[in-house]
Amino acid sequence: MTQLVLEQALNGLQFGLMLFLLAAGLTLVFGIMDCINLAHGSLYMVGAYFVAAAAQAADSFWLGLGAGIAGTAVLGLLLELSLFRQLYRRDHLSQVLATFALILIANESVRLIWGPAPLLLNPPAALSGPVEIAGFFYPAYRLVIIGVGLVVAALLYLLVAKSRVGMWVRAGASNREMTEALGINVRGLFTAVFVFGAALCALAGGLLGPLLAVQVGMGESVLILAFVVIIIGGIGSIRGALVGALIVGTVDTLGRALLPTLLRATLPADAAATLGPALASILIYLLMAAILFFKPQGLFPARA
Amino acid sequence: MAFYRPARWQNAAVIVSLAMLIALPELLTALDQSYYTGFATRVLIFALAASSLNLVLGFGGMVSLGHAAFFGVGAYVAAICYDAGIHEGLLVLPLAALFAGLFALLVGAISLRTRGVYFIMITLAFAQMTYYLFVSARAWGGDDGMPIYERMRFAGFSLLADEALYYLALGVLALCMLLFARLAGARFGRTVQAIRDNETRMEALGYPVFRYRLVCFALGGAVAGLAGALLANLTGMASPNLLQWTQSGTLLVMVIVGGVGYLWGGLVGAVVLLLLEEFLLAWFEHWHIVLGLLLIGIVLFAPRGVAALFGKRHG
Repeated sequence: MTQLVLEQALNGLQFGLMLFLLAAGLTLVFGIMDCINLAHGSLYMVGAYFVAAAAQAADSFWLGLGAGIAGTAVLGLLLELSLFRQLYRRDHLSQVLATFALILIANESVRLIWGPAPLLLNPPAALSGPVEIAGFFYPAYRLVIIGVGLVVAALLYLLVAKSRVGMWVRAGASNREMTEALGINVRGLFTAVFVFGAALCALAGGLLGPLLAVQVGMGESVLILAFVVIIIGGIGSIRGALVGALIVGTVDTLGRALLPTLLRATLPADAAATLGPALASILIYLLMAAILFFKPQGLFPARA
Repeated sequence: MAFYRPARWQNAAVIVSLAMLIALPELLTALDQSYYTGFATRVLIFALAASSLNLVLGFGGMVSLGHAAFFGVGAYVAAICYDAGIHEGLLVLPLAALFAGLFALLVGAISLRTRGVYFIMITLAFAQMTYYLFVSARAWGGDDGMPIYERMRFAGFSLLADEALYYLALGVLALCMLLFARLAGARFGRTVQAIRDNETRMEALGYPVFRYRLVCFALGGAVAGLAGALLANLTGMASPNLLQWTQSGTLLVMVIVGGVGYLWGGLVGAVVLLLLEEFLLAWFEHWHIVLGLLLIGIVLFAPRGVAALFGKRHG
């Protein structure tokens, strides 16, 4: 039992860190530019496809990862310059419509280019086996994901909390007009943040590619989770995104693994079989509703 | 923003359209195209669902990204009624509206405490919860959904013929549009629109803002439930797919394409979108790319939607 809990906790940590990569870009775009980007999940999907295609072409996972991230960043740049720049000043409704349209275009384009079947992305051969930690075996590749996630999270923290650019970004998130008035080029900053967010999407998509299937529609489910993360954490806050992502990742993973067992121990088998999966899949939404009820601005509001 | 006022030539347009819609099944049969009667019914049902969202979004100013939940609940009520041996539409439809409305009342009571982006997200979260509940509810078919092997009857009449269901959908849609038209001009509609335009002012004037919004939200949910029950009877199925968030997105797209806050916005949007789908799909398999580009074009160049031609807002 403890081994199961430990293993699932590691899985939860890994999932949470990947969610953080997605949520970090989303929360900044959302917080600074007040722009709802439903197409953030599509960047994740397109990123995963780019990585998978490049890895197949180069026959190397790491080369593919680098190329995929670069390609997605370029795509993000083009999108920001052509479309998103027009959207920042518009109301939320226009943003929802335009980015929903982007989802349709992205899904259909991917289907057009790569076909409806999922793409295969193999983890690097050296990492495909399990390693032994604390008396049980755990896939080496998942450990690498955790490591990369931790490193990126730390770098992002340093970048946002300690660097000058990060200071501008935080200033932009808490008061955009004032930041502009102080002579910061907020427009250029927007572009940089958006491109950076796109690159993080591709990193998450590429790293998760070997674990989940690289397929059309993979962006939508993860998008909703990323939104839940940034709502829980407080829109515009990197720290909130990290805490929210870890909470959502662990609660979701542990809930799915342990709730059915726990319910079976306390309820009649029939009720447990129905209630278990249902409760496990809505757990994070209940959590979000509860947090919003008590803290309507999330755990770490950026605009205090 | 200002109050909705119908265009002067609206009544004439409505009468002509209604006459054409009544004649449509006959015409299709005469042209040997009765396959399209079912399609036309689907258009009418989505027009109803989109109009109900337009009440919430356009008149109430509440950007809900979870409207499909109420649509889906209506569909499931119809299927559960069939399962329980209730085959009378005069009972099924009100039950669908009642349960969807009560559910919307519950969701609204919690969601309406938040504003802006948070409201969008919490309505989305509730819709996702509902989706997962139905997916995992094995008693109601789980993933596979719940079949309706035989359409309900209506006031004793059989709805087995596609034409019969078409006329029922047309009747329900006409009644609901009449209700919305009366509502838009009535005290309730005026108040809700004024709250949309300036919440603080209405609060200061002593209006119970929260309660007005909640009633508007619940009413929209109830009508969406009606549409869901009709759709389940048309397709013979209540499926969790109806509750997916992309379905909410599609309804939203219909309303925005048609024209937010214009009485006929939802209806026009549903007709335009479904016709585009039906005919572009035959021409180009990946028509979603075209649709997406079209939508971005609408956002950038025609933000007021198609139905802006059908009514004016006087400032």
